[in-house]
Amino acid sequence: MTERSVVHATFVINRTYDASPARVFKAFSNSEARDRWFVRSENWPVAEYTYDFRVGGKEHGRFSPDGKMTILNETTYWDIVPDQRIITAYAMDIDGNRISVSVATIEFKVAGKQTHLTYTEQGAFLDGFDFPAQREQGCRELYERLAEELEREGADA
Amino acid sequence: MPNHQPSLDLMFQALADPSRRLIVERLCAGPASVSELAQPLAMSLPSVMQHLQLLEGSGLIRSEKVGRVRTCRLEPEALSAAETWINERRVMMERKLDRLGEYLRATAGDEED
Repeated sequence: MTERSVVHATFVINRTYDASPARVFKAFSNSEARDRWFVRSENWPVAEYTYDFRVGGKEHGRFSPDGKMTILNETTYWDIVPDQRIITAYAMDIDGNRISVSVATIEFKVAGKQTHLTYTEQGAFLDGFDFPAQREQGCRELYERLAEELEREGADA
Repeated sequence: MPNHQPSLDLMFQALADPSRRLIVERLCAGPASVSELAQPLAMSLPSVMQHLQLLEGSGLIRSEKVGRVRTCRLEPEALSAAETWINERRVMMERKLDRLGEYLRATAGDEED
């Protein structure tokens, strides 16, 4: 029996790109572009994928990172303001178990010749972290990340 | 999210060493005995023990001795599964947004802005 639990968390990621908001937005709105940097960026085998970028439209993907675990992503686009804002709600399953339901807001702000992107995810993270495979992968990635961070700090010092 | 800021410095310090990172990575898969942890490391057992003491001092791992075997495990308080998991999600999204940057660089000349 999986113990039921919910953890609410918000995380924010900021990036600045050497491109206009229109170009950055197009990387989301154009399915070929999105395919290149988003869908296939993890090199996960893609079992199913559909993309319908419009308000009320859905994005559906099924991936298997290691050939064993299956990750399902169901996204609905709830707000689209060209070159300015995209808001989605998305759910994720691992092996048929819902592990999170989130609202993701992507904002594009022009900064001279650059674009400042802010990604904010507000999520209800469900029992998913009780899955050992996921926990192990998450753990590894966290430590890799910490190691990278340390190397960066080392380089700055 | 619980605030672990005070122990973060110690955790970073503990993870600044590749051998200790190897130990922690191994413990991600589950608890292990000291000799299991020492096995892939090219160092003496006392050195391994020193690393383990440092990791334990940082709060990242804890160990207990049952009979003659000392078993180490990740300390769930230092790094709850939930935090790990949520952090993994953040890392995944960060990677994707970095790829977006690469994509934008690669296609910079392809079209009029």
